[in-house]
Amino acid sequence: MKRKDILFQINEIFIDTLDNEDVVIEEITRAIDVDEWDSLTHIMLVVAIEKNFKIRFTSKEILSWNNVGNMIDCILEKG
Amino acid sequence: MVSFNQLQKNLKKDFSDFKIIKVAILGDTATQFLTQALKGLGYVNEINLEIWEADFNQIERQVYDLTSELYEFNPEIVIVFQSSHKLLGKYNKIQPDQHLLFASNELDSIENMYSILSSNLEAKVIHYNYTEIDDSIYGNHANKTEFSFLFQLRKLNYKLMSLASNKPNLYLCDISSIQNQVGKLNFFQPSIYISTEMVLSIDVLPRVANKTMDLINALNGKFKKCIIIDLDNTTWGGIIGDDGIENIQIGSLGIGKAFSEFQSWIKKLKNRGIIIAVCSKNTEAVAKEPFETHPDMVLRMSDIAVFKANWENKADNIRQIQSILNIGFDSIVFIDDNPFERNIVRENIPEICVPELPEDPANYLEYLYELNLFETVSFSSEDTDRTKLYQIEAERVKVHQKFTNEDEFLKNLEMLSNVESFNKFNTPRIAQLSQRSNQFNLRTVRYTEVDIERISSSQDFVTFAYTLEDKFGDNGLVCVIILHKENEKTLFIDTWYMSCRVLKRGMENFVLNNIVRFANENGFVALRGEYLPTVKNAMVKDHYANLGFNKMESGFILKVKNYQDKKSYIKIKK
Repeated sequence: MKRKDILFQINEIFIDTLDNEDVVIEEITRAIDVDEWDSLTHIMLVVAIEKNFKIRFTSKEILSWNNVGNMIDCILEKG
Repeated sequence: MVSFNQLQKNLKKDFSDFKIIKVAILGDTATQFLTQALKGLGYVNEINLEIWEADFNQIERQVYDLTSELYEFNPEIVIVFQSSHKLLGKYNKIQPDQHLLFASNELDSIENMYSILSSNLEAKVIHYNYTEIDDSIYGNHANKTEFSFLFQLRKLNYKLMSLASNKPNLYLCDISSIQNQVGKLNFFQPSIYISTEMVLSIDVLPRVANKTMDLINALNGKFKKCIIIDLDNTTWGGIIGDDGIENIQIGSLGIGKAFSEFQSWIKKLKNRGIIIAVCSKNTEAVAKEPFETHPDMVLRMSDIAVFKANWENKADNIRQIQSILNIGFDSIVFIDDNPFERNIVRENIPEICVPELPEDPANYLEYLYELNLFETVSFSSEDTDRTKLYQIEAERVKVHQKFTNEDEFLKNLEMLSNVESFNKFNTPRIAQLSQRSNQFNLRTVRYTEVDIERISSSQDFVTFAYTLEDKFGDNGLVCVIILHKENEKTLFIDTWYMSCRVLKRGMENFVLNNIVRFANENGFVALRGEYLPTVKNAMVKDHYANLGFNKMESGFILKVKNYQDKKSYIKIKK
């Protein structure tokens, strides 16, 4: 799967989980850049992404990402 | 089951028309998601849960400091969620020679916490029990090693049940059974726990919230009272009209087992006090035959309160059953294997609960277990006789049709009422009726057994409990009055509720005669009544006006001095 496709799918997950149609994310997007992305919604995003790609992140990974690009790296490693 | 995400979306909806219930959540792990799930589920149940959430791991401080935010918030319900993970942490920390007493010490501290809460708040306490963690230190041997963690955890769960059965305002929410249903792998996600201190997985949150909401609903007087069952392919396998009585599937062989076990479940519900009715598209005599003669039937005619087998529309039949039983549609469950019939009933009677029964009868029971349809917060011995009461009522209806004159009919019933103050024998039934009377209930203030005991021992209150029997049978305790001595002259009718099964017997007149007599004999001048409207009690809107009370600014007033006894055919039982 290409990084672009993954980014697109993650964006859809963000829209659905954060219940906000206007969310646009890019590889460099960080939690601080999105209003609704806090430590709680982070967990919901993690679980939703896990389900979508049928993978499981380790607790170290969950805590280590600095931006969306790191997430995508992680998904690619597992895929 | 709805997802957590959907529940969360409900938070943005309009709750303003719903009843507000104040709930405090005290947890030793992160509970923000649980709070959101509960609140979102409140929308589905038409309840506006006003939730105050204690800061993480503040249970003791909030409970033992009487000036804490908890007491300031003054909740109606307190949820205490102490997790098994924190329990394991405690166990790990103490000296091994203390392990044997671990569960007992924990229970003591829970009991202590409960007594502080219940003496400083008028709240019900919902305590979550402990999901099992086997730390695998002893393997299977943990089961015969009392100081192992697994042994102590199970002992604590058991002791909690014993404690709760003696504390009327302590309720257990059985999340351990949820873990048994979905498995620990689904209940608990270690990576999330390590990164956030949350012990409930996102997927299990709706189930935990549901189980909690079942209790909140029951505490709020919303629960199921009746189950209506279809016959062909629901109660037995096959179609009685086509296959004949010798070919229906029931008993210990093959698929018959599924139906026999289903019937046993229905029978247990009946024994618990749930009313069983039948609604089937069949010829009546044919449909009744298995109940009367089939050796493998678990259910018999004596288990069924109302039997409707005909070729009419099921929604109409259910309406008739409802009017005989005189209970709300929202307290009825309808079980039918046929999706078409289920949809007709759902469309015509939206309030009724119609489970989407699985296609394979083998799955019926597991599916029904999981729905937890019959939550309750009380149980009294009278419950077990309820079917009989409704069968007697059906008899009475028949006799009534013979009398053209209402007075003649009532006289003919030879009604007797036993009138008593509250005492330890009638307290459970009084509390139960307080929870479940919705229609004939003037103020709908719900009292628990503890409240009833407090009221009956107070000098400020006068209490009456009325039974009603007639030549057909005994209805048991059916009406409750609590009078508050407002001042030397006036008695305020704090509570007047009555079971709807004795409507139109002149019970209201009898009760009023009785309390007016008490007022006169004890030097009171007036009775003051009040009607607080709810969604369900419109039937008593004009209750006091009809009984001759005058509407004043302060409520409905009745001067007792020159009161003329109202017509009543009920005599006091000596």
